[in-house]
Order: sequence, then structure tokens, then C-alpha cells
Amino acid sequence: MLILTILLDGIAYGMVLFIISVGLTVTMGLMRVVNLAHGSFAMLGGYLSSVMIRHYDAPFIGGALIAALVCGALGGLAELTVYRPLYRKGELAQVLLTFGMIFISIASMTLIFGTTPIAESMPKWLEGLVDLGFRTYPTYRLFLIVVGALLALGLYFIIERSLFGARLRASVDDPGMARALGINVNLLFTLTFIGGCALAGFGGAIGAGILPIEPFYALRYLVLFLVVVVIGGLGSFRGSLAAALAVGLIETTGKYLLPQLGSFLLWLIVFGLLLWRPYGLLPPKSAS
Amino acid sequence: MTEPGKPILSPAFTPPGSGLAALQLRDIWHLAPWAIAIGFYFVGDGFHSFGTNILIMILFTLSLDLALGYAGIITLGHAAFFGAGAYTAGIVAVHMTTDPLVGLALATVLAGVLGIITGMLILHTQGVAMFMLTLAIASMFYEVANQWRSLTGGDDGLTVPRSAPLLAYFGFAGFRFDFRGMTGYLYTLSVVFLWFLIAWRVVKSPFGRSLDGIRQNPRRMRAIGTPVWWRLVAMYGLSAAMAGTAGALQAHATRLVGLTSLNLELSGIVAVMLVLGGERRLYGAFVGAAFFMIVQDWAAAKNPVYWMFVIGGLLMAVVLFLEGGLMGLLDKIAGLFTRKPEQKAGGAK
Repeated sequence: MLILTILLDGIAYGMVLFIISVGLTVTMGLMRVVNLAHGSFAMLGGYLSSVMIRHYDAPFIGGALIAALVCGALGGLAELTVYRPLYRKGELAQVLLTFGMIFISIASMTLIFGTTPIAESMPKWLEGLVDLGFRTYPTYRLFLIVVGALLALGLYFIIERSLFGARLRASVDDPGMARALGINVNLLFTLTFIGGCALAGFGGAIGAGILPIEPFYALRYLVLFLVVVVIGGLGSFRGSLAAALAVGLIETTGKYLLPQLGSFLLWLIVFGLLLWRPYGLLPPKSAS
Repeated sequence: MTEPGKPILSPAFTPPGSGLAALQLRDIWHLAPWAIAIGFYFVGDGFHSFGTNILIMILFTLSLDLALGYAGIITLGHAAFFGAGAYTAGIVAVHMTTDPLVGLALATVLAGVLGIITGMLILHTQGVAMFMLTLAIASMFYEVANQWRSLTGGDDGLTVPRSAPLLAYFGFAGFRFDFRGMTGYLYTLSVVFLWFLIAWRVVKSPFGRSLDGIRQNPRRMRAIGTPVWWRLVAMYGLSAAMAGTAGALQAHATRLVGLTSLNLELSGIVAVMLVLGGERRLYGAFVGAAFFMIVQDWAAAKNPVYWMFVIGGLLMAVVLFLEGGLMGLLDKIAGLFTRKPEQKAGGAK
């Protein structure tokens, strides 16, 4: 039974990572910009939804959706003002500037909400356990798995089955050629950036039970999001899903079976994987 | 065609002055940072431990300048070597000897060896993958220090005993480390100076110049026969050793080694110091680290939150508006007063 618990917990964890990171993989894949500040949007989403729920009596999902809208809008604004000038600069400038944004987001959240993690505001219907027939399982984690799976399915249709998605994939694989064919890569990128930030905000909001919301969220979980993106392969939607689930499962397995190792196991695997396949598990064609 | 063995130089190239012979009178400003550092010993009463911390961060920043600035190795895991040095020095002091030089030497060697081993593994890769690998290494080091409680004290940290007198060999009484940290300050300053001389010699040497080329165009450097990977590994190892020294100095100075000496934040902060001061300038590390530490001390005393705003804002401002950092700014200001338009930017570019 322990195996099943690990499996379910790992998938729930992986789904949260997937929802938050999927936007980042497209950002980094499409424009080759190292965006360390992505976690800030997830953190902001978590804070916003908790404010909505506590002070304005918003329903749980409603709060998360509002958070997604605000994060998407802010992401679009940031793309147009801060990120645009960055595309031409080198990786180092990108790393540093987005690192600076992390510090500012941490400071802002500390200033507004204080340093203590905020208690999760779980609605009644997500508390407790649900009977799966052969065992019981926490409703909240099951909810995460279902939402994550639905989002993955929706994204699959958008990215792999729609015209928008075809353009997006073409731009990730070869931006120059995509431009030559008349695809407005800049517009595509702004839209994707907005979508990615909205998803991050949504993921931060509904995943608050697993990744607790606190000011250092943006720095603490940043490396996990980056791992998902880089292991999956920059710009690869399927890769990020696979990598998120893998990271979730590895972390959970480690916590249950080898707690004395902490996150060492995950990092060792990441290290080995990146040496073996520097472009990730499922890289887009442009990388190879 | 250029004759073989002769480096291809661009017209704007100033010959790499290596050694003291290449110094001219106008280079007298090189004395300024050292004069300030020595002067501080006499007037900085009550601030010697703060001054020591600045010197340590200068050394750490200088080590990053070698790897990131000169060799172009984008790393966000340099705290791994700083922390490795700090823990080595701490563990040596607890279990073996409190002679500071032994701990310092072992920390330097161990960090250097770790740098060479990890460098051999990761320096084949490029871009985001390399950057993530440095992060992965630093995270592994962090987890080891966090979990190996019996040796490192875990998240309680490791309390380091007071160092024995310096150079107390052959019956000589040695220099006692006093409470005000004055001996510690001079000791740290001497170590920083020695490392600075090494760094200076290295970046002006043909080896250093070849790294300049590798940073700008690794493919072309490989084509003209440079062993790119080995050069990078060597520089990474040197940089790691220097970072290890800085860590050991900190372990001796603060007498506490904690997980903060290994975390991502420190790796980020040292990059901030470097970029703030200016990369590939050697003295950029001095200006950046000193400026950062002083502003931090001033701002954090008022309000730590305030400080986070300052550091974030500084970082964004430097990247967006102040390429070349504070040293670049000084150059521009100096440029206003000199007639000759020719560059004197210290070394590379």
C-alpha cells in the first residue's frame, strides 16, 4: 500500500509542479530567456487567492481563477516592459535581472504579508478523505491530480492540436524560419507569456497545500521549477509533464523511503540526467 | 597570414602586461585599494571584524570573476566551493588542529580538487544545462551538509574553536588572534593579497588570454588548437580553490559555519557583487563587494525588507543601465578628464 501512497502523492506533487512550470518551459524554449522570476508569479497567485478567499469570501477555485487573471495581466506587462530588452542580452544578464526581480518580489510580499507562511485556506469540500473503493485518499490531493490532468489535456489540445499550437511549436523549433513564414513570433510570445504566468498563478494558488505560500517561495522552489523545465527539455510541453511527474515521484519516494537523504537523491538524478542528455529528455528539434 | 605561435591581435589590443615590469606611473592607482585596506587597520577601530568580512567577500567575488568573468562559465552554484572550504576549515579545527594555516591549506586544496572534479564533468555542456548543473552540484553539497549532522552539525551549524596563534612554529610565540579582530584582519588581508597576485598573474598570462578567447568564441579557439575543455577545467579549479580559501577565512573569522555558506542565496549574492563592481576587472570584485557589504550593513540595520528592495533594485539597474558595473562607471568618469580617447580598460574586452 505504501507504493500506492507514494505513487498518488508523487503524482499530486508533480501536477502542481507541472501547472506552475509549463509556462516557464515555453518562455525559456521560445525566446531562450532564462527567467528565474517565474516562481514569483506562482507566489503572487498564492497570496492573491488567499486574500480573495479570506477577505472577499471568494470560493476556492474562484480565488485561484482571479489569481490567474491578475498574474496573467502582470506577466503580460512584465513581458512588454522588462523582458523585451532582455532577449538580446546574454544569459548572465537574464539570470541577474530576473534574480533581482525575485528579491523585489520577496521584499514586497514580506512588506505586505509578513514573514510567516500563511495558513492554507482550504474549503470544506476539499478537507477530509475520499473513498476510492480500495482505499481512502485525501480529497485535496485527488483534486490536484484531477485538475492537473484536465489542464494537461487542455494544453495538449491547444499545443499539439490547434493552429495556435502549431505556430507555437514551429516558433520554438526555429524562430527565424517561423518569422520568415509570416508568424508573428513576438505576439505569440506575449500571449504565451501571459498564459504561462496565469497558469503559474493558478498553480501557486491551488498548490498552496503542498508548496506553502511564504515570501521566500519564489527562491525556495525556483530550482524545482527550473529542474522540471530543463530536464523536460526547453520548450517541450510533453517533456515538462514527464519531468514534473518524475520530480514529484522522486521527491516523494525519497521522503518516504530515504528521508535521511533529503533532496540529495533528486539532485543526484538531475545531475546524472543532465550529463547524459544536456538538452533534456524530450528536447524540441531546435536544441539538437 | 600570421606566423604560427604569434597571437592574432586586434588593433585596439594593449599588450598584456604581466609582472611588475609592465607597470607604469599612471598605474599608481593600483595602490589605492591596498592603501585603503591597510589604512583601515589603523583607523577602523571597532570595525575590524566587519572589514575582515568585506575582505573575505572580496576574495570570494574575485574567485567568481575568474570563472564567470574571465572564463565565461555561467555558474549559480559557486557557494558550493565557499561552503566546502568553510566546512573543511571548521571540521579541521574541531577534530584535528586549530592552526589556522593548516585548515586554510586543506580547505583550499579540497575545494580546488572538488572544482576540478565537478568541472571535468560539467564543462562539456553549455548554456542552461551547465548553469543547472552548477545549481545541482551546489544543492547536493547543501544536502550533504544538511544531513550529515554528526560531522557538520546540520542546520544548527558548526561552532569553530578559536584559532591557535598564527605562525607559532619553532618556538616562536606567533601572532595571537585578539578579540577585536585586528590580527585576523591583517591575516585575511595578506591572504587576499597573495591570491590577488596569483589571479593577476593568471589573467594576464597567455593562459588567461586563451580563456578570453574561449569565452568569446570556443569553436574558433578549438579550431586553432586550444585545449578548450582543459583550460576551462583548470580555471574552474583555480577559482574553486580561491573560493575555498574565502570560506576557510570566514570559518576562522566568524567561528561559525552554517548552511548559509552553501545556499543559493549566497551564490546569487556573490554574482551580484561581481556584476555591481564590474566583471573582468579584478578590482571590480573589490569595489562591488565593499560597496555591497557597506550598503547592506547600512540598509539592513534599518530594515531587512528595505534591504531586499535595495539589492533587487541595484541588480536590475546594473543590468539594464550600468554595463560594466561601478568600475565601468569610474572609467567613464575618468574618461571625462583625460584627453586620450584610447581605452585603458584593465585587460580584457
